[in-house]
Amino acid sequence: MEIKVCGPGCASCEKAQKTVEAAIAAKGIQATLVKVTDFQEIAQLGIFSTPAVVIDGEVKCVGRAPKQSEVEDWLS
Amino acid sequence: MKAIQPAGTGCECDGKKSADIPTSGIKKSNPGKAVIPGLLGITVWYLVYRQLEPFSYFFAYSLAGLEEGSHLGEAVQFFVYDTPKVMMLLTLIVFVIGILRSFFTQERTRKYLAGKRETVGNVMAAFLGIVTPFCSCSAVPLFLGFVQAGVPLGVTFSFLIAAPMVNEIAVILLYGLLGWKVAAIYLVTGLMIAIISGWIIGRLKLEHWIEDWVQAMRAGEAVVIEEKLSWADRIARGREAVHDIVGKVWIYVVAGIGVGAAIHGYVPETFMASIMGKGAWWSVPGAVLVGIPMYSNAAGIVPVVEALLGKGAALGTVLAFMMSVIALSLPEMVILRKVLKPKLIAVFIGVVGSGILFTGFLFNLII
Repeated sequence: MEIKVCGPGCASCEKAQKTVEAAIAAKGIQATLVKVTDFQEIAQLGIFSTPAVVIDGEVKCVGRAPKQSEVEDWLS
Repeated sequence: MKAIQPAGTGCECDGKKSADIPTSGIKKSNPGKAVIPGLLGITVWYLVYRQLEPFSYFFAYSLAGLEEGSHLGEAVQFFVYDTPKVMMLLTLIVFVIGILRSFFTQERTRKYLAGKRETVGNVMAAFLGIVTPFCSCSAVPLFLGFVQAGVPLGVTFSFLIAAPMVNEIAVILLYGLLGWKVAAIYLVTGLMIAIISGWIIGRLKLEHWIEDWVQAMRAGEAVVIEEKLSWADRIARGREAVHDIVGKVWIYVVAGIGVGAAIHGYVPETFMASIMGKGAWWSVPGAVLVGIPMYSNAAGIVPVVEALLGKGAALGTVLAFMMSVIALSLPEMVILRKVLKPKLIAVFIGVVGSGILFTGFLFNLII
């Protein structure tokens, strides 16, 4: 499973990343977490507001840091 | 000039972001249910609010036994009155705006603005700038999204100017500390600057000063995740916003009012008049220049504004200073540099700076 957290690295992007990390740990699954900070790359994914979470190529949330329970839902 | 407390948060980001509440399927949304607790809440809020001023006198002069009219007494009374007053106003407004924001996502705003002609688009963009969740670090993705959706450049700028400057926290703090007139002046002139500056930038036809990679960009189709939110979800977002924003800015508010209280009792009223008074014409451009490298969120700057005004600085000069600090921030320029060529950034600073200068001179002249 490949998870991308997109965002330039401001406070809410950090929060999104931490939440995803915590969710991965809680679920105890194998996943690679990639942090995408390049605006061009983010735009190519069709994402125009950050932070955003992409799981296996599917954009799960845009423009807000998700809750851990949400991320766990997406992971299962 | 007094040092401004730098906004420790640096980025307003998570402040303005909508809160993280899961989409709750298709719950029956029933606004009726929330009406009674809502009215009850407002009533309690109002009753408590009304008691704040009498309580502050009671606290300072009876409970603490300070002498009426003394510097210390005045300072304590001011602090005990203003702090809960501003916090209560802030909580209420952030809550309401938090609910309002759940209706306006960036995706939706982009769609509204995409087909708009310039003049109408500039006006709409400025107003949408108030209610759309926005943070200065997501300015670049937002810019790319607007360009890709075909929003005209000038309209995009109207949004980018209004979003940070015309901000509910700034308006409510101005109202709480300086009265509704100053708050209204700020709100109206802020919107005007955003609308007119954006319109001018649009007229100048500067699309070729956008970075080349943006023009050549083959962006993916914009992903839109439409959430189905019930009223309970929206109210939860309002509560979440209060938690996020008030939880972060209260310390600036308290510190700011503390500084204000200290000055209130002690520093002579005319202290700032010679430097920032009406007589000194150069104080307006001076205030704008000083404001650019400073970056503070509204919560940090308003108490300083109050202190300056209270000590004889002219309204126009202080407004110019505040707008410059909030709207023309160096960090945002650095971020925007990724998508804009330096010439366009210079035009942006020039046009917005002139608007702020004009506002400053205008209010020094008429008030």
